[in-house]
Amino acid sequence: MATKRVPDQRGRFGPFGGRYVPETLMPALDELSRQYGDARRDPEFRRELELLLKDYVGRPTPLRRADQMSQALGLDVFLKREDLNHTGAHKINNTVGQVLLARRMGKTRIIAETGAGQHGVATATAAALFGLKAEIYMGSEDVRRQALNVYRMKLLGAQVHPVESGTRTLKDATNEAIRDWVTNVRDTFYVIGSVVGPHPYPMMVRDFQSVIGKEARRQILKVSGHMPSHIVASVGGGSNSMGIFYPFRHDPVQLIGVEAAGEGVETGRHAASIQVAEPGILHGSLSYLLQDADGQIQPAHSISAGLDYPGVGPEHAYLHHTGRAQYVAIRDDQALRAFHQLSEWEGIIPALESAHAVAWVIEQAGRLQAEGGRVLINLSGRGDKDVDQVFQYESEKGVGRHG
Amino acid sequence: MDRIGQAFRTARAEGRAALIPYVTAGYPTLEQLPGLVRSLTRAGADVIEIGIPFSDPLADGPILQRAATEALAAGTRVRDVLRVVSQISTEAPPLVFLTYINPVFRYGIEEFARDSAQAGVAGWIIPDLPWLESRAVRDTAQQYGIALIPLAAPTSTDQHLKAIAHGHGFVYGVSVTGVTGVRDAVDTGVETLVARVKNFVDLPVAVGFGISTPAQAREVGRVADGVIVGSALVKTIADHRDACEEAAYQFVRGLREALDNLSAKA
Ligand SMILES: Cc1ncc(COP(=O)(O)O)c(C=O)c1O
Repeated sequence: MATKRVPDQRGRFGPFGGRYVPETLMPALDELSRQYGDARRDPEFRRELELLLKDYVGRPTPLRRADQMSQALGLDVFLKREDLNHTGAHKINNTVGQVLLARRMGKTRIIAETGAGQHGVATATAAALFGLKAEIYMGSEDVRRQALNVYRMKLLGAQVHPVESGTRTLKDATNEAIRDWVTNVRDTFYVIGSVVGPHPYPMMVRDFQSVIGKEARRQILKVSGHMPSHIVASVGGGSNSMGIFYPFRHDPVQLIGVEAAGEGVETGRHAASIQVAEPGILHGSLSYLLQDADGQIQPAHSISAGLDYPGVGPEHAYLHHTGRAQYVAIRDDQALRAFHQLSEWEGIIPALESAHAVAWVIEQAGRLQAEGGRVLINLSGRGDKDVDQVFQYESEKGVGRHG
Repeated sequence: MDRIGQAFRTARAEGRAALIPYVTAGYPTLEQLPGLVRSLTRAGADVIEIGIPFSDPLADGPILQRAATEALAAGTRVRDVLRVVSQISTEAPPLVFLTYINPVFRYGIEEFARDSAQAGVAGWIIPDLPWLESRAVRDTAQQYGIALIPLAAPTSTDQHLKAIAHGHGFVYGVSVTGVTGVRDAVDTGVETLVARVKNFVDLPVAVGFGISTPAQAREVGRVADGVIVGSALVKTIADHRDACEEAAYQFVRGLREALDNLSAKA
């Protein structure tokens, strides 16, 4: 089960990862690697980050047995409550870390990409905390769909740039953020929102998110006296899942990443790049991508905006490749059912992203029960942001339990 | 073999910088590519860059993004570009593909090198493949007589410039930190960039990104071995879709005259 220490010096996770960016950015990535390496060894930086995570973000987040869900499914289910973080999701663990690093590097301007706006809000929040200016790129289609998050970012003092190119969604916002970075590389820090991008980002975001798994490992041993048998987390770019998986990588625990199957993998309308497992290069690294026969990137589809991305972090491609983690997929309708079920069982409205992880456990309950499962779910975010969308969706389809 | 080097030597013998225009294959249509290449050839291009459109061109500004999006929406395929190029390469100056790494990777590096060579292509420019990651690609390209063109940016370190001294074809000097596009003025750092590259590299240095007018071409032509013009030409084509061959000819002719005048004055 032991895995090699990854990434290597060149940012490779086995065959995946690397740095595929314009030459202009290569010195900036070298500098970032150097500065990040210094920072993570600097006790002062670590102390400051720890304090912020505690007093500002609200860590450690609780881990607790989900009693009703456990009873209903006939197995032990534990929830790691990343939804209780400031701003309502795990995203802030990473943005506080990166913005702290940006300040240390003397960068005066922060940029980020965002899909639904969760990472944009988390970046705007961290930038406000440090009095830095943030500019957020967001596809114009997402700006339209997520008007409230756009307003939140503005409230926090950030400027939001709608992106009109390509499919006008997250991948295009990421292109535009990279274009901005190439242009303003000397004074600008690019805060990437998941374990994607060129080296050192996948490693750095993993490290910042690993606080989830470190806490969870300690907590579950304390609460239950055992290691979990399975850890289940949703996979968009892959940061909440990598954050909880990584500290358990040497333990005898099955790691399950849940991708978005959208309307069904067989329909082609999905965001499950590992299910398809076609290698390709986008946004700075080699990983698995949704693409056509010519290598043109294909749009992703998911009811959950945070999973709606045509790629996945290179370390997940590696964990799939080595077999250390298993990747599965959950459809929109299954995630929606889990959204309701968890709300009713536990009084916790999960983010639609997190609902994918919950749904997989519900679907597989029989098997997990037979294996004597003790399942730990990473509840990556809260569903308040999704309530409006789910309401609309169910009104249109004439389904659901309201009304 | 060294057709690209020969093109630069010819220009130099005439006392001027080489002229390297860029067009996106499939824009306005792929059927118009041969006519456009003939226009550029007639107008005095020394090397021609042909862009293979990619869905996510992160080194490009709005003009080339739009051209790529339209070309793809019209169904432009990599194989079709190769086929059309193979029909025109013998009567054109050296042709260089500009594309992104994923279409090449997906096609298969070896297969793309083989088919590019068969189509008569002399080089590749891949802006999201930095030199440090390019080993396998450039070795394979080299086996098929294709030069992987190294890029040098204003931020590039001496170490990078030393590394690309082993490159082939020419060095693509990126005139600004930024993306392709039309700009009002030539960046003041161009002269320094060219001088820094020449300090380490024997290859000719051509400068691109933002060069838009004959006056700017002349200015860059004073310090560089070649002048690359992309967005401004594609914009000209976009503005004259129905008569784009003639418009492209006139525009590139104007650039070439600016470079010729430079030699007359010098
Ligand atoms: C609550 C929540 N969970 C999961 C994700 C998916 O991202 P990742 O796979 O990087 O954790 C997002 C992204 O916005 C999110 O907001």
